[in-house]
Parts: sequence; structure tokens; C-alpha cells
Amino acid sequence: MRAVLPCAWLLAVVLACAGCTVRESADPGTTGVHAAPVRPVPLQQGSVFAPPSVQAMQADEFENPGMLWVARGAKLWRQPEGSGARSCADCHGDAGSMRGAATRYPQVDPASGQLLDLEGRIMQCRSERQQAAPLAWESEPLLALTAWVAFQSRGLPMQVSIDGPARPFFERGRERYQQRVGQMNLSCSQCHDANWGRQLGAETISQGHGTGYPVYRLEWQGAGSLQRRLRSCLSGVRAEMFPYGSQEHLELSLYLAWRAGGLAIEAPGVRR
Amino acid sequence: MVARVRIPDVVRRGQPFDVRIAIQHVMETGFRFDDSGRTIARNVIHTLVARYDGVEVYRAELGSGIAANPYLQFWITAPASGVLELSWIDDAGVAGSERVPVTVRD
Repeated sequence: MRAVLPCAWLLAVVLACAGCTVRESADPGTTGVHAAPVRPVPLQQGSVFAPPSVQAMQADEFENPGMLWVARGAKLWRQPEGSGARSCADCHGDAGSMRGAATRYPQVDPASGQLLDLEGRIMQCRSERQQAAPLAWESEPLLALTAWVAFQSRGLPMQVSIDGPARPFFERGRERYQQRVGQMNLSCSQCHDANWGRQLGAETISQGHGTGYPVYRLEWQGAGSLQRRLRSCLSGVRAEMFPYGSQEHLELSLYLAWRAGGLAIEAPGVRR
Repeated sequence: MVARVRIPDVVRRGQPFDVRIAIQHVMETGFRFDDSGRTIARNVIHTLVARYDGVEVYRAELGSGIAANPYLQFWITAPASGVLELSWIDDAGVAGSERVPVTVRD
């Protein structure tokens, strides 16, 4: 009986791929890497694909466990850090100043020319402006601060820039999105463009938008970043996972953020 | 340890009202192993007590079967306005507490 389970998974993936042709218009994989990038139609939030009980948990502002990270982030926002003993609030003021910030990330930092996601921007601000000890990727304080900042943009549509200096990052992210990887030999696009809404085992495949991140995942019993989720996906197709903070993650995140353009931020989301 | 407490906006004298609390905590079961194969020590919030103006009105004993970031809801009644104090402690000896003023109306 033990051998049945992996076989069932493989069968599910094979069956899912067999249906790739159904949504040809939404599948850049069939038209080649250099075709114009497309978004799923209609765009649907990640929460739409979650079970009703999980949707209810996300919608109830008290019951949503991600709000614990938001609450901690609000405290950290006012906590003096670093050599100058300055808090985030000392420069940025209260919550209102961050309204809409999360809709514009990842973005290219004009000074360094590097692509930064929201976590990266917070870390940069912390090291350069506050002169404080760096926060580790995926650490609880970083997740809390990111959740708090993202929460300020709840309900606002994603609108990242992919022009000018962001363009090469975007193109690489798009190519990576369509690149087959891992032992399963699957690209992001094959699940999240061609087969969203279908079942994969007990899961409903989502469109793969990052609008709910940082997200509270019941499987993780905690909050996690989009990068952690991407690593999860890579592990799922048995590919080598990108390290936290790597270019691969950032470029892919930029493509995903563009692809979710117009969708409202729903952070902190709750997922299974 | 971050916690959020919520009570209804309006509390009627002698009428039951619900208290909701969510606490950020790993609730480590003691049944898991780290990457080196060593047991991760159990660390759960084992006791949570609610006192109303110093009088114990609710007590919960939690175990390893409770999920991370526990969320509890219970009902109490208030004879008069006062302060509801919730306090809890985990296996590592880390304690937390929250105080919520309750205004009772007739």
C-alpha cells in the first residue's frame, strides 16, 4: 500500500499536465518564452482557492492568526533600534505613511540598482538608516514588520513598475516562470496558468498570486514570506530550492507582482 | 509574546459575554525532532487564567494537542465594571498577561 501514494501523486500531476491545452490563451508555455506576457483571466485571489473555513478565518480580523504578526509588527515599528536609537516611526511616522507601499514592491532601488522586495527594503532601511544589527531572512521580527507594512495596503491594487531599470529583472523573472525545473520537469506556468482551479490531490491549484503575503499557513503553523512559499513550490516539483534573498526569488517575485496587477492586497492571508 | 484580546463593545450587567484571546506561541509538542535528530523540547502554554477584579473566573489547562498560536473563546458575566486580567505561562517559564477594562451597562 505504501507505494500507492506517490504513484497517485504522480498520476495527478500527469493528468493535470494532460489538460494543459484547455487554456491555451492563458498558457505562455505553448506560445514560447518570448511571446507577450499574459495574466490569467479572470484574475482571482489566492484565498478564492482556499476552503470556505480558511476563507472565513482570513476574513475575520480577530480570528486571522496572521494578525498576531501584524500586532507584533506594530510594536516593532515604534521600537528604537541601532546606534541612533531611532524607530521606524521616528522617520516614517504612523501607519498611514505606509499605505500603498506594498503595492509597489518588488522595485529597483535607485541608489544601488538592486531589486528589492518588501522584506529587502525593510532590511536595507534597518542596516543603512537605523544602523542596526541585520535581521535574518524569514526571522520572526522581519515577518512581523513586513506583515504590518503589507497590512497597511490591504484592499489596494498591486501596481509594480516593470519599465526602465526593472525591465531586465522582469524579463528574467518571466523566463524563470516558464522554465521547466526539477524531477517533475514542471514550470510555474504549467500549474498556475494552464491548470488553476483544478484539483491536485486534495488541493485546488491557485493562480499563484502573492497578494496575501506574508501569509499564515496552517501547514506551517506560522507566518511565512512569499520566498518561503516559492521554496515550497520548488520542493514540490522536486527542484533545487533558491536561497533566501537570491536574485531568482526577487525576479520571480517581480514577475508575480506584475502578473497580479490590479488584484487587491489581502495580507495577512490565511492558507491551508 | 504577542496576544490579542477582544470583548464585545457593550457588556450588560449580569449577562454572559464572550472573551476571545489569541496568543502568538509555537506550542512545541515535544514529539518533533530537529535536523540533527535531537528531540525539540516540549514548550506549550500549559495554564491560562482569567481574573475579574482579582477573582478567578476562568482557567484553562492546555497540552501538546493544542495547535500553535492558540485561540480561546469563553463566556463570563460581570456584576459591575472592572478589569479583566488574562495571564498565562509556558513550559519555558515565560509568562504573559493582558489587561482589559470592562464597562458594564444596565
